[in-house]
Amino acid sequence: MSEVTVRKQRPKHLAINEIRLPLPGFVSILHRVSGAGLFLMLPFLLYLLDRSLGSPESFEVFSAVVSHPLAKLLLLGLLWAYMHHFCAGIRFLLLDMHKGVELQAARNSARIVLIVSLVLTVIIGVKLW
Amino acid sequence: MVNRPIVGAHYGLKDWIAQRGTAVYMALYTLIFAVCTLALPEFSYSAWSGLFSNGLFKFLSFLFFLSVFYHAWIGVRDIWMDYVKPTGVRLALHLVTLFLLVGYAGWAAQILWRL
Ligand code: HEM
Repeated sequence: MSEVTVRKQRPKHLAINEIRLPLPGFVSILHRVSGAGLFLMLPFLLYLLDRSLGSPESFEVFSAVVSHPLAKLLLLGLLWAYMHHFCAGIRFLLLDMHKGVELQAARNSARIVLIVSLVLTVIIGVKLW
Repeated sequence: MVNRPIVGAHYGLKDWIAQRGTAVYMALYTLIFAVCTLALPEFSYSAWSGLFSNGLFKFLSFLFFLSVFYHAWIGVRDIWMDYVKPTGVRLALHLVTLFLLVGYAGWAAQILWRL
């Protein structure tokens, strides 16, 4: 093991409220938020799948649960989370392969991710309800 | 302050690859799922459960769930590591996350193989 140390003392300025988050940073933090939200809601989603596939009777329970306005709102949020995580995830995979890493390209793809995931959420949301 | 020497142990590389491998599979499954559900004649119990009774679809769905749980394990663990510094609390959260995800895997198997 070498004795080289990584950190030097550097001045620190971390005023979160003064830092302007660029669009790709925004997409990135939403990717984390959406992943965490999906994780937290896994039991609810598994419960719904369970009821929907159990029996014709439990399918009725499933239908009743998902037609509740609050459940609809929650599912719409999760739908957006999945769409955003999906689109941003594919963007990250492409960036990992060094595709679109130039500043302008990365900004454009961040914008596309935000727009496409919102549009998909609206289309699927309207189709489902 | 971390006073760590630079070493190349490659820890984390396996997880990094697994997170991406599962991501690719989940993206593909999402497309298959979308095509299959759009092709359903109607959204009824018989049509919906019929889709999941198909052996291939069941198999692909189960792989999807395993991918979600493995992917989420790596992702959520990374999030805990970023924000939770006390070792004991962090360890407890890691364990809770792991236990939940292993339990979900059993649940998913049960949901699918009851059909
Ligand atoms: C089509 C499906 C999915 C794709 C393509 C995808 C893609 C990705 C990728 C590429 C990463 C790594 C990002 C990075 O290191 O910056 C990631 C992280 C993550 N994913 Fe997914 N994912 C998908 C589904 C899911 C699902 C269903 C969940 C939750 C149950 C989830 C939870 C997470 C979490 C918690 C992280 C860590 C986020 C972070 O460290 O900021 N993902 N995902």
